[in-house]
Amino acid sequence: MNARFTGTDRYVATPDLMTAVNAAITLQRPLLVKGEPGTGKTQLAIEIAAALRRPLFEWHVKSTSKAREGLYEYDAVSRLRDSQLGDPRVHDIGNYIVKGRLWEAFECPTQPVLLIDEIDKADIEFPNDLLRELDRMEFYVHETRQLISAQHRPIILITSNNEKELPDAFLRRCFFHYIRFPDAATLARIVAVHHPALKRELLAEALNAFFRVREMPALKKKPSTSELLDWLKLLLAEDIPAEALRDSDPKKSLPPLYGALLKNEQDVHLFEQLVFLHRGNRA
Amino acid sequence: MLSRFFTELRAGGVPVSLREFLLLLEALDARLAGYSPEEFYFLARTCLVKDERHYDRFDRVFAEHFEGAQRALKRLDALLPAQWLRAAAELSLSEEERAQIAARGGWEALLAALRERLADQRERHEGGNRWVGTAGTSPFGNHGDGPDGIRIGAGAGRRRATQVWERREYRNFDDSIELGTRNLKLALRRLRRFAREGAPEELDLGATIDATARNAGLLDLKLVAERHNAVRVLLFLDVGGSMDEHVRLIEQLFSAARSEFKHLEHFYFHNCPYEGVWKDNRRRFSERIPTLEVLRTYGRAYRVIFVGDAAMSPYEITQPGGSIEHDNPEPGAVWIERIAAAFPHLVWLNPSDPRRWQHTASTRLIEDLIGGRMFALCLEGLDRAMTELRRGSPPAAAGRPAPKPPHLPVPPGPQ
Repeated sequence: MNARFTGTDRYVATPDLMTAVNAAITLQRPLLVKGEPGTGKTQLAIEIAAALRRPLFEWHVKSTSKAREGLYEYDAVSRLRDSQLGDPRVHDIGNYIVKGRLWEAFECPTQPVLLIDEIDKADIEFPNDLLRELDRMEFYVHETRQLISAQHRPIILITSNNEKELPDAFLRRCFFHYIRFPDAATLARIVAVHHPALKRELLAEALNAFFRVREMPALKKKPSTSELLDWLKLLLAEDIPAEALRDSDPKKSLPPLYGALLKNEQDVHLFEQLVFLHRGNRA
Repeated sequence: MLSRFFTELRAGGVPVSLREFLLLLEALDARLAGYSPEEFYFLARTCLVKDERHYDRFDRVFAEHFEGAQRALKRLDALLPAQWLRAAAELSLSEEERAQIAARGGWEALLAALRERLADQRERHEGGNRWVGTAGTSPFGNHGDGPDGIRIGAGAGRRRATQVWERREYRNFDDSIELGTRNLKLALRRLRRFAREGAPEELDLGATIDATARNAGLLDLKLVAERHNAVRVLLFLDVGGSMDEHVRLIEQLFSAARSEFKHLEHFYFHNCPYEGVWKDNRRRFSERIPTLEVLRTYGRAYRVIFVGDAAMSPYEITQPGGSIEHDNPEPGAVWIERIAAAFPHLVWLNPSDPRRWQHTASTRLIEDLIGGRMFALCLEGLDRAMTELRRGSPPAAAGRPAPKPPHLPVPPGPQ
């Protein structure tokens, strides 16, 4: 029961992240994870489930999501239609209760991992509607007068991109961890995990170029870990030598295959302008 | 022993409740922290702090409380000077200023004094001439007048426990103040206007019954767009200079506004809007947004709320090049007129005492420019401002063709 998470062979967890995850597992409280996009918030849940060999339930929240959808939905429309068509199933209301992700996780015979992804996308009241469910791990189905309670309190991971403020009452029930952008050493470890075959000098040059790009002011979207990994994959596939990266000061030239790092045409444009300006000065 | 830590956290401005504190004790009981101070630090942080904006306050209290007990934080401390220098480099000091620093014994002495003083200081500080804080003349702090000092905060966004102090001004107007903003919130709510737009989502019961009946009893569903708040707001906030004393009031307004609208964009300006505004106070000089772009991007339906005391030299409004920060090719009055023309729904909220408005030339000027729609930043003024914003038909002043530079009487110069 008292499993400890120490990262996996595909996921590098920093000590502070491990502490937060293990606290959430041991005390069975939800863990709220924030951080820049692309720092592996969603991946964390997948890796926890893999490391502890637990089933994973993912609930991806959208702007139209309602808290009820995670519990269950009563499909009154099909029932009405069935009644018009004379279907015998119509007599049992249970046939029209559609289970949500939370219900499925509660029913799981072993302790599952439940990911509530991007909770800030939903309406501002969404987290408030889940307070009791997350606290007691139970809810009541009014249509069938059943009380559904969790067989094992799931390990709940909630991610947020900070688009909306989350209510205090909700925050108080969670552990909180902010994944900050990894420093160069951690980043090198992350890369080593994903691309063990990468040559050392290529990695060093690539990381240099990457941090230079990140430090550019006025970038709309700074490249993050996931972009770095994609970029390295491309560099490997194209077999670009380390020398090609050495001179890639963003002020002088665009790094090769920059499309993987810059995801916004304004950013690419900004870079091109800088390069152009610089050449103009030298001429 | 930890209960004192808990009360210190609360005194230090970390919004931590008893529930979280008990959770930490429970976690300690479950032997989650092991025996290293670092682990305890991480565990305490993950239990007690629920927002990365509060990490820095937490770090300060933690360091203070467990001083001497932890080797881990000594390591953090060693990293400090480099951070200061980097923050200071952003200042781009002038020659005289460097000379003044030398007069104080150079960088090292200044840094050493600063470190000492930070260790002494126990609370947030504003004004005064010694402690680190805002709006003072101490060499340390922000918005201060000590040219030979170190500006604290305004650093880059690297999140590290070491940058305990740098995070202070990190927050662009901390909008976390909830308590006490209830009143403002109530008034802002009047701005809400329920409009039906967007994809059909709700079942329209009446129409469905009607359609089903017409359909000889066979179900015919009718959907209707979901109700949601459709009010869109542009917020222009005056920062720095004479506004510092009003920052708190604005913080409260900002915090109230955040949760109230679906579309809310905020921009900062200094004293008077010119050709550029900015969204991030840390990068006010590097990331300016052309005001014209704002005018083009947002439609006429946006409600514009200016917040500022409109107290400045009249030249800053009427003259090209009158801005105190840069050389502006067109006077601020032109820009105010342009904004007023582009957005018919506009108000200016003024936190200063309305009785003083008539005695400030610049306030009268701006009031004229926006057609008298200046309101005091109190509950009643806010109420009137919101009523003004809600009005269906824009006032006569708006909707004019492209604004031309106004011929304003040049007011007497500043004394």
